[in-house]
Amino acid sequence: MAVQHNQPGFTDQSLIRNFCIIAHIDHGKSTVADRILQLSGIVSDREMHDQFLDRMDIEQERGITIKSQAVRVPWIADGKEYTLGMIDTPGHVDFTYEVSRALAACEGAVLLVDATQGIEAQTLSNLYMAIDHDLTIIPVLNKIDLPSAEPDKHAKEIAGLLGCPESDILRVSGKTGEGIRELLDRIVVEVPPPHGDARAPARAMIFDSVYDSYRGIVTYIRMIDGEIKSRQKIRMMGLGTVHDPIELGVISPDMTPTKALGAGEVGYVITGVKDVGQSKVGDTITTEQDPATTALPGYRDPHPMVYAGLFPVDNADFPDLREALDKLKLNDAALIYEPETSVALGFGFRCGFLGLLHMEIVAERLSREFDLDLISTAPNVTYDVTMEDGKVHHVTNPSEFPDGKVKKIVEPVVSADIITPKEFIGSVMELCQDHRGQMGTMEYISEDRVEMHYTMPLAEIVFDFFDQLKSRTKGYASLDYHESGEQSADLVKVDILIQGEKVDAFSAVVHRDKAYAYGVMMTKKLRELIPRQQFEIPIQAAIGSRIIARETIRALRKDVLAKCYGGDITRKRKLLEKQKAGKKRMKMLGRVEVPQEAFIAALSTDDSTDRDTRDKIRAAAKKDS
Amino acid sequence: MTFGLYIHVPFCLKRCGYCDFNTYTSMDMGEGASVDHYATMIIEEMALLKRWQERNGITPEPISTIFFGGGTPTVLKAFDLVRMVQTAEHEWGIIDNPEITTEANPDTVDAAYLQTLKAGGFTRISFGMQSAVPHVLKTLDRTHTPENVVTNVKAAQILGLECSVDLIYGTPGESIDDWKTSVRSALAMEPTHISAYALTLEPTTPMGRKVDYGILPKPNDDDEAEKYEIADSLFSAQGLEWYEISNWAVPGHECRHNLGYWRNIDWAGLGPGAHSHFSHLNASTTLPQGAYAVDDHDGFTRQHRRLPEDCSSIRAWDIRHPRRWAHTIHQGNVPWQGAETLNHHATLEEAIMLGVRLREGLDVAGINAIAGKQLQPGILHALHAEGLIERQTSTIVPTLHGRLLNDIIVEKLLDAYMLE
Repeated sequence: MAVQHNQPGFTDQSLIRNFCIIAHIDHGKSTVADRILQLSGIVSDREMHDQFLDRMDIEQERGITIKSQAVRVPWIADGKEYTLGMIDTPGHVDFTYEVSRALAACEGAVLLVDATQGIEAQTLSNLYMAIDHDLTIIPVLNKIDLPSAEPDKHAKEIAGLLGCPESDILRVSGKTGEGIRELLDRIVVEVPPPHGDARAPARAMIFDSVYDSYRGIVTYIRMIDGEIKSRQKIRMMGLGTVHDPIELGVISPDMTPTKALGAGEVGYVITGVKDVGQSKVGDTITTEQDPATTALPGYRDPHPMVYAGLFPVDNADFPDLREALDKLKLNDAALIYEPETSVALGFGFRCGFLGLLHMEIVAERLSREFDLDLISTAPNVTYDVTMEDGKVHHVTNPSEFPDGKVKKIVEPVVSADIITPKEFIGSVMELCQDHRGQMGTMEYISEDRVEMHYTMPLAEIVFDFFDQLKSRTKGYASLDYHESGEQSADLVKVDILIQGEKVDAFSAVVHRDKAYAYGVMMTKKLRELIPRQQFEIPIQAAIGSRIIARETIRALRKDVLAKCYGGDITRKRKLLEKQKAGKKRMKMLGRVEVPQEAFIAALSTDDSTDRDTRDKIRAAAKKDS
Repeated sequence: MTFGLYIHVPFCLKRCGYCDFNTYTSMDMGEGASVDHYATMIIEEMALLKRWQERNGITPEPISTIFFGGGTPTVLKAFDLVRMVQTAEHEWGIIDNPEITTEANPDTVDAAYLQTLKAGGFTRISFGMQSAVPHVLKTLDRTHTPENVVTNVKAAQILGLECSVDLIYGTPGESIDDWKTSVRSALAMEPTHISAYALTLEPTTPMGRKVDYGILPKPNDDDEAEKYEIADSLFSAQGLEWYEISNWAVPGHECRHNLGYWRNIDWAGLGPGAHSHFSHLNASTTLPQGAYAVDDHDGFTRQHRRLPEDCSSIRAWDIRHPRRWAHTIHQGNVPWQGAETLNHHATLEEAIMLGVRLREGLDVAGINAIAGKQLQPGILHALHAEGLIERQTSTIVPTLHGRLLNDIIVEKLLDAYMLE
């Protein structure tokens, strides 16, 4: 293990280099980070396992980084020991906000591009963001060990993008370690040292926080000015609260307590507070003894783009769900939630997410880390509905969509950037058109790849757009999007009625042209999913009081075991008991028993446009016109 | 209490693709588990069981019914069947005017065989007819032709044996007309009793797998419901009334042995995999020692083999594999593999699920007594309003609709009793 001479709190800013790695998903960021840890000697080869920094189970399984981590790494260049603060960032489009927080704590960014793939949509969005934060960019091609790597070709793309000579672009392999030394040397030379005022009153930015069940909140900070000592009382400038820190430290690569943190350094503080509201990401920390007068510029508050209801399968788990969300919120500032009651699903929360992956990950963490069985409703965006009488409703939940005469509905719009090999231009255009996309410009970023710009309703993207894009381009296209205002649109609410009763969980706000498709798809799905019962069950889709699609579940005619002799009695009784237990997991909608699985399957986004469904959609639309 | 005897014969010449009964096509499986030695093994099991009953103070009434099922009991020599009846009489006694039945595969009997049975005290033959349509019989893997059923039924009737035929409906590929043909052919033989079963597909059988793989079409509930209604109307038009969901008889010719199961009487089941039921046991009852594994969660422990306090009845089942079953008998142990004790809750469940299968109905007062509470009259009104039961107050009798949706009645009655 390497001995670090530069002690936290006693390291001159000129020896500090804080940088992050930005990349498109799967371009090998975490592997490069792993090699850096290994080369610097702070992780021994024996301890090394892949994606050392990705500690959450989900991250390890999915191979993606969700939470950024900040590690202090020593590196000797020209005989001098430097202290590198390495911040690992998530690459997925949903986590743009987390990336922006990480960027704000750095002076430099390593722009990592997969030498087999080239520039992708998120490479660009992350790069633009880094440039906005005034970071020094070090372009790097990764995975040069792979036979399919085309470093020359992609170096040209990058050089074109950054306006630098191709020779400036480093070539590394996170897998073999090739080029990583050179990369670290480049960081020392090119990334500027922090330039805070070491003698000014302390100011530190909170750029992340996690909840540790033993220690409470662990807050990650980047010291800008001054220093904080471990026994000093600290003040959260935004909240105005004062705390006695239990521990101050750095991560290298485990949490290591230190006596102080000085200007330019990255570390953590534990206050012992367990209340989630007490550690607000974006807040500035100063000392109580010698407080700073002005806080650092705050972070952009993330705002949710997609909403969905999360309900416990067993309503008794509602308090557990609340507690779990409170804990997740701590290290997921972008998650918002408020209680919601559904006639069909009981008590739950309407949650706001950055995007679909964010939603999936939250749901998965809730089930994995908190052992909760959940049903989530179909995701939707927010709408502003203006009524004829001038009243405006802000709708985050289809069931709140107002009845009565609607004058105007406004929905959020995004500008979407899609990078795709040129042979898929046609299918991408078709897909975007199907999703109400307006094409802007299109540029060739190399001979065979184009970047296409679209303006699209966000609602069209949140459902299954990304999956479809991937499947139509054999996985080659990449997508990035950001908010781009709003537009008015011809939207309607489609309700689903089971035996004449509206099931709020299945209501959806869709474009008028898609209403039939939604109605037919849902009624058909439900007909398959709901078991036959003693009586006939009509399943209808309706816009207001007008029925647009209907399926019928015919009454059950036979439910009896033919043979029940001596040897069958025990088995039959056990079967009955099992069925009874199964019934307990059913939701009653009026007289109709609906299995939980039906809710889950009906709300899943699988693409079930078989021929029969398409015919029915056509027929329904025809009948109406 | 009335006492019955069921004897299972686990041999078949050919295995049918739909069958999941405990039966084997090998005629000699070693250790005496062979066709030739089978009656001797059953006779030994009778003696072992009788000794266990005596030790535990269980003194049943003389046997009123004996039923040989299988498998194919008629692969045994006729005299072997008679020998087992004689030993049963020796061990327990048999009442006057008993019912003694054997199932018969139309392939394996002839007039001489039936004559031997009649002389040995048998009163009733149940023929596995299944269908009168050749392509349906083929799908079912049955080897007999419709003609040899007719011949054998006639032979049995001439001897004065009661005749029943079994039919199966819902075989993949069977049309409504095919089914009508089978029903009419069965009625043409003028049996006094007919059983008609919906084909039950077990996933582990060859036919179940064929359906899983899509080689055969899936049975359809609506089709089966229609065929049930057709059968019920054709049978009753010829004087055979339903008395249990799958059984019809000329009044007075019901199968007394099978009625015993639904009335929840005591019976001993002998032979590999056969089930027994003993009720009104006293607290000191000790289960037989030997090869059986007890169902711990139902209250037994391996050490004590005693009944839990709130249980006075058990269901037990013999070891399934004939060779291990025979081996256990040779060691001098009752060859039970497992047993479960029935607590108050299980007893109530069984009484309800068995009773509502019968035309004589479920006796409300009797069930109230088992449950220890009164059934609210509202539930009966509701069941009647839904067309599931006849309007009666002292007994619950399913309608035709209620026979087809019998499990729903059971569920609703159980819910009504469980609700506090």
